[in-house]
Amino acid sequence: MIPTLRIDDLSVSFPRQGAAIAAVQNVSLEIAPSECVGIIGESGSGKTQVFMAAMGLLSKNAAASGSICFEGGELMRADAAALNRVRGSKLTMIFQDPMTSLAPHLAIGTQLAEVLVCHSGLSWRDAWSSAGRMLGRVRVPDPERRLRQYPHELSGGMRQRVMIGMSLLCEPTLVIADEPTSALDVTVQAQLIELLRAMRHEFGMALALISHDLGVVAGLADRILVMYAGRIVESARAAEIFSHARHPYTAEMLKCVPTLSGPRLARLPTLAGQPPQAGEISEGCAFAPRCPRVAARCRSERPLLTAAGAASVACHFPLPA
Amino acid sequence: MSGLNKAAARRLRSNPAAVFALYAMLALAALALLGPWLNPNSIEALDWLHVATRPGLQGAHWFGTDRLGRDLFMRTLAGARVSIGVGLVASVVSLVVGLSFGAIAGYRGGRIDHLMLRMIEILSGLPLIFFVIVLTVVFGRNEYLLFVSIGAVGWLTMARIVRGQTLSIRRREYIEAAVASGASASRIIVKHVIPNLIGPVIVYATLSVPQIILFESFLSFLGLGVQEPHASLGTLIAEGAGEMESAPWILLVPGGVLALLLLCLNLFGDGLRDALDVKES
Amino acid sequence: MTEALLRVKDLCVGFGAHAVISDLSFELFDGETLGLVGESGSGKSTLARAILRLLRSAQGSVEWRGKDLLTCSAAELRAQRRDLQIVFQDPLSSLNPRMTVGDAIAEPLRIFEPGLSAHARALRVGAMLERVGLAAAMGARYPHEFSGGQCQRIGIARAMILNPKLLICDEPVSSLDMSIQGQIVNLLLDLQRDAGTSMLFISHNLAVVRHLSHRVLVMFSGKLVEIATPDALFAAPRHPYTKALLAAVPKIEIEAKGAAAPLRVEEPPAAGRPGGCAYRDRCPYAWPVCASTVPPLAEAATGHWVACHRSHETLIPLSFPT
Repeated sequence: MIPTLRIDDLSVSFPRQGAAIAAVQNVSLEIAPSECVGIIGESGSGKTQVFMAAMGLLSKNAAASGSICFEGGELMRADAAALNRVRGSKLTMIFQDPMTSLAPHLAIGTQLAEVLVCHSGLSWRDAWSSAGRMLGRVRVPDPERRLRQYPHELSGGMRQRVMIGMSLLCEPTLVIADEPTSALDVTVQAQLIELLRAMRHEFGMALALISHDLGVVAGLADRILVMYAGRIVESARAAEIFSHARHPYTAEMLKCVPTLSGPRLARLPTLAGQPPQAGEISEGCAFAPRCPRVAARCRSERPLLTAAGAASVACHFPLPA
Repeated sequence: MSGLNKAAARRLRSNPAAVFALYAMLALAALALLGPWLNPNSIEALDWLHVATRPGLQGAHWFGTDRLGRDLFMRTLAGARVSIGVGLVASVVSLVVGLSFGAIAGYRGGRIDHLMLRMIEILSGLPLIFFVIVLTVVFGRNEYLLFVSIGAVGWLTMARIVRGQTLSIRRREYIEAAVASGASASRIIVKHVIPNLIGPVIVYATLSVPQIILFESFLSFLGLGVQEPHASLGTLIAEGAGEMESAPWILLVPGGVLALLLLCLNLFGDGLRDALDVKES
Repeated sequence: MTEALLRVKDLCVGFGAHAVISDLSFELFDGETLGLVGESGSGKSTLARAILRLLRSAQGSVEWRGKDLLTCSAAELRAQRRDLQIVFQDPLSSLNPRMTVGDAIAEPLRIFEPGLSAHARALRVGAMLERVGLAAAMGARYPHEFSGGQCQRIGIARAMILNPKLLICDEPVSSLDMSIQGQIVNLLLDLQRDAGTSMLFISHNLAVVRHLSHRVLVMFSGKLVEIATPDALFAAPRHPYTKALLAAVPKIEIEAKGAAAPLRVEEPPAAGRPGGCAYRDRCPYAWPVCASTVPPLAEAATGHWVACHRSHETLIPLSFPT
């Protein structure tokens, strides 16, 4: 079976003051058809850059190497025309802030219909009515009226529904959602997670869900990739990662999240120290300075992502399964 | 300030045009100040043997002489001294007045801002030339009047710029933090508002020096500024304009110096703007 | 915890349809941490700014140790600020980019202890920097040289250097990464324990609020809808909005997946029609009375206040049609 997305040895770096600052280093991953993969990591871990590279949306000064195959076709060296054929139709993206990804001066319906006219060759009239049907499918009440409204007339959650609808218009095989709910309130966030779940059942597309919020990812993902300092440090089934994290970073991070149960007013368990600054290069494991299980070997030799049971982990001394 | 200014200075140094402009201006200013000691000729001395001689290195007058046999080099340097002086003094006056006026109006807001803004509008409504002529008629012609009248009007634009910048800075969270810390309005203006708008303001001030020099030249050209036997670049150009056909150098020497000065100021101002224009990451 | 340090009474910001906060009253006791939760646009940050009189348009009274902060003179207000400090949401933008962080932390000292020598001040600032987990030598640097978490430590150092009586934290951890949030919460807890500072902790993160509050206020559309201890609130919320809020918190436990969760069509505008309960358009339990009368905040159990016409009933959880 051909994976929907296959990224091989991807590295991305940005020039700064003469030196190349690595944002993503040797990342390889696969997303199977209709699989939901969650990618979690802190800001600066490179999780967004991996998928920006897949969408061909890296900033102009970025240098990327490696291979990105979408449904068997190489995107990395594809020309703009080839990229535009898949981008926006079969491979789509949902951003954190829909206000900045929807054009403020165009009606919602115009923006949705344009996608269909462009990619599916529909007539404007057909595209408009399909757009209305799509808004109904993403549970936007009164879709006919919404089509004629402008982005600023909608609430944040409603705009994100429109974005989700837009990303699904051409029945994509992969949707990349970059922090789709981080700008929204918890109640709205919960509704959107439900919506994404329902859409997966209806459309059967694969979903790459990028988030720093473990809770959001936990509710949706089949498999979870954990990124730290530009590398994947752990990859495992969602159920396993939350019960038996193998990488110390994942385990420590899970301990840090305050929950609605457990003791109050006590000190929270924390992960000491700061994530490494961009451009900080270490010989060994990037997590070594903060790791409770650190040993001499971690500082000299970089651990590679290797299979450990059902999961893969990049650690010399992973936690027992 | 120092850390940020170091970065700005580094960017400025890496801009060859701005560095050249800075050194050229410094050299010109040094010449204008030291000129009288370097050249035996004085501004007023009349050399009847060399009336309206062409520029040349073999004679006593490198840049030639004017109709009355006065050394053009000396007169141009003296004129540059006056022009640079007027430009600097008027810029500093407009900087100080405009900065405090604009910052107070922008920070206090409300009625005070409204009143102060109306005042600026009324003053900028007065035609400048008319204003200068009235002053000249009332107080007679003298050089200090020139400084006063240019300075008095030059701060208006500065105050508007500062007010606009202050209005946007006032909404920043660090201003709120300072208010919550118990800082007084004057402390906030001095410590928090002004340091954050000084970049654009300095740049504007640099770019306004050439405007002021031009304006001074214009007033002198009209006969409202510097008087004979003293000279400014404007009076020299006015004088030269009359001899344009017979002795073009009398126009070209001060005109060239003025053009060089303005070019340098503009290059330096642009370089400064680019150097200070950093995104506060 | 008997003496009210802060007593907010009938606070209003804005009028009529534009009311951001309307008729809001609560008390904060000495040594207490009061959590304030609510969605964006509910007026949480406006409340913080109104209490500190950083807004000009607040009506009502904010009684601080017997003095009304909203009506007292500017000089008196400034004097009171020594004991009333605030930490902001965005750590970087709350620091002056052209001031070293050492100067930023020293600013309250310069204002309230002008007699302090430069040397003594530098020592205090250095000690404070170390107290919040940074090196004393970092005081010479500028805000842009620090990460978000470090900037927030600096903001906390500035707020705590005078040992204020009340610290208002406006979403202090919302913009920080998971692993940093816990560090900042711990720092606040430590400083509070040492200085005996009371806290008004505003956040949309229910878990964090639950963790460090003695009492929790729930705000919706400019009004308080529920006040209770965390134990009571999180075990048995009484207001339908609080219930919805708690149900929406994403859980890390995986077993919730696959369960037929309700898929709701979304949110009518929070600032609803005038008259009646602001939550009625979203409320699955709304009655006709909810559209006509504003429910008053009433004590439903000891120390547990609710503003809901149906709070005395046992409301069974409703599921929604998809």
